[in-house]
Amino acid sequence: MPNKTFFWFFLPTGLAMILFIGLPIISTGIQSFYAQHDQVVKEVKKCDPFGCTVSIVVDQEATSILRDEKPLGKFNGFGTYIDRNHLAIEQISDFWKETDSFGEFINQVTNLPFYKALLFTLTYCLFVTPNVLLLGFIIALSLNAISRKIRGPLIFGTILPMIVTPLVGSLVLFWMIDAEGIIGANLQLMMEDPYLSLKSSRTLTWITIIIYGIWHHSPFAFVVFYAALQTVPQEPVEAAIIDGASRYQRIRHIVLPHIYPVVTFVALISLMDNFRVFEPIIGFSAEGSAQSLSWLIYDNLVNEEVILFGSAAATSMMTIIGIAILLAPVLIRTWKEFRTAR
Amino acid sequence: MRKILLTLLFALFGTTAYADGHCSKPSGSINILANDFPALRTFVETAKGCKGSADFKVTHSSEHNKIAVPALTANPSEFSARIAANSSIVPLMNQDLIRPMDDLVKKYGKGIQDSQLITIDGKVMAVAFMANTQHLYYREDVLKELGIPVPKTYEEVVAASEKIRASGKMQHPYAAAYKAGWNLAEEFVNMFIGHGGEFFKAGTAEPNINNAKGVATLNMLKKLASLSNPDYLTHDSEAIKVEWESGKVALMTLWASRSGTLLDDEGDAKITAATKLTGPATVGGGSIPAATLWWDGFTLAKNRSDSDAEATFIALAHAASNKKMVADAADQAVWLVEGFVPGPKSIGVIEAVKMGAKPYPMLPQMGLMHGALGSEIVEFLQGKESAEQALKDVEAAYISKAKEQGFL
Repeated sequence: MPNKTFFWFFLPTGLAMILFIGLPIISTGIQSFYAQHDQVVKEVKKCDPFGCTVSIVVDQEATSILRDEKPLGKFNGFGTYIDRNHLAIEQISDFWKETDSFGEFINQVTNLPFYKALLFTLTYCLFVTPNVLLLGFIIALSLNAISRKIRGPLIFGTILPMIVTPLVGSLVLFWMIDAEGIIGANLQLMMEDPYLSLKSSRTLTWITIIIYGIWHHSPFAFVVFYAALQTVPQEPVEAAIIDGASRYQRIRHIVLPHIYPVVTFVALISLMDNFRVFEPIIGFSAEGSAQSLSWLIYDNLVNEEVILFGSAAATSMMTIIGIAILLAPVLIRTWKEFRTAR
Repeated sequence: MRKILLTLLFALFGTTAYADGHCSKPSGSINILANDFPALRTFVETAKGCKGSADFKVTHSSEHNKIAVPALTANPSEFSARIAANSSIVPLMNQDLIRPMDDLVKKYGKGIQDSQLITIDGKVMAVAFMANTQHLYYREDVLKELGIPVPKTYEEVVAASEKIRASGKMQHPYAAAYKAGWNLAEEFVNMFIGHGGEFFKAGTAEPNINNAKGVATLNMLKKLASLSNPDYLTHDSEAIKVEWESGKVALMTLWASRSGTLLDDEGDAKITAATKLTGPATVGGGSIPAATLWWDGFTLAKNRSDSDAEATFIALAHAASNKKMVADAADQAVWLVEGFVPGPKSIGVIEAVKMGAKPYPMLPQMGLMHGALGSEIVEFLQGKESAEQALKDVEAAYISKAKEQGFL
């Protein structure tokens, strides 16, 4: 396609992307460098049905003068990024000096909110993405091999987890694994431990969420792989059969290389999705044991009565950077292939 | 003669108007944001009875805290009134989103009692109409059978729960809303206040919880948690209510405002009949209960026209001074409105007030402390870190947030 045609073709999409993705990101970035003005407080008498006390309130007159002067707040540079609730540079260097063993150091670091969330997010990505790819591929292969008559209903059944709203899916599972629920209660019976709870143990909660993630995301991989399998040319496969290649060999040497670009695509999308894991944490009420980066942002924006825009913006920016780092190897590889193909 | 007639008429008119709660037929536009529980629905319905020619809208949502600040920041704001409580009025005050209503109270607030007025720096910022607190609920049949007296302190609650567990009647006899986040933090606040703790160093926003009182608070919470359903970190008020109704719990700390649905005709009649209410427990030998007092009241949005504010006030004041409403809905809440006769379901709040319970601290930085508590003490309850470490984490998390918000 000539560059000029491409330009006009891409223009509407490009404008929409700048408007709805680019500008909000820039605005978030700017926000992350600002903190609230110093609060001017004053002592006043407060009375309610239970009596009167003297305590402090924010002095609105003084504060509104500050706000009108600088509506964005106080410039904080990277202050929010390096504070304890984010990268915690100071705390980490202290831990390094104070702790005796490396294990103890890691313990201390992963006790900080940002690293705690990062650890869960990465673990989730690391376990869910490959399993989704694998499971999706196996399901696609199996469904591709069975009779066309029953394939339709089976495909529909297979993509159900993707159709079910994530929150509803996780809530259903949440009730089932409750200590009084069908899975939870039976597990207690089987293990003969009335105190066993899938929700109170951190490890078990993580495993539950990861299994849920695989269950929920596999259909997506399956659909894409299944579509790709339809494009595998039959001639080389037949030739291989005549040559006596086993089923495994055919998949390994003919099918996989053919659908390889699709695998990259699914891996990319999965990684991006999984890095932003959020709904299962809310659905499973797992805030206590599992926190992700997206959950941190949500927490800063809604869970407190005071909204922490700076904190939320800083975590957002770091999530974007995190995704970029994760995707970098795949992107570089795709780019190289694109160059050699040209 | 004419004079007497006039006086009579006036008296007659006066009394009828009084019985109705005053209603001066407002006009304009009224839009209310409120939490969602039966008493508030009754309150807003009553207010609707005095809407005059005004356009009347209401949003009942349990997510009200999340919408309030953004919705009231807009100019003109989406809502003309917000039904708030001790804690939720603070962000509205911090951001200067609500208006003083002294003149309106003078003009239209005849039936409102002085004790209902929330005044800050001498200005009326809210009008309260009901009170709430968390207190103990117990199963009379279970306690009687095992010969356990009704617990008055949390130490007794622990002993009673252990006895019930040992008897084999119930595996997890105690329940409270320990869901990680707001609920869990609220339990910490109650227990800490019961131990006589102060959250901040006097006159400053410096945290003051990493001390012996904080440790004692955490240890008590952990002891109680070990007597609860193992999934306690995921259970909110609604979840423990369900546990209670299924007969698996004999002692529970729960909001007074939930007693209405707990004692209604739905569910097992035997359990409902044996469900009894008592005041909140004390802890650690303290005299004030380990509970906080709450009020619910209405506030008026600042970023809304004066005429809308006036119309909204007339309608809401009609409800906040309505004797008929508090008589009809005496079961739903502990009304602060004149003419309320406390029934058996109000015992918890009345006992709490008698015992000298403290109100939830109405401080500008309290929300940040509450948020930090909700996420940082979880690991202690899970047995992953020491009480001192957990409290240190809470303080550190709070300090970072307070710095970002400009309180430190």
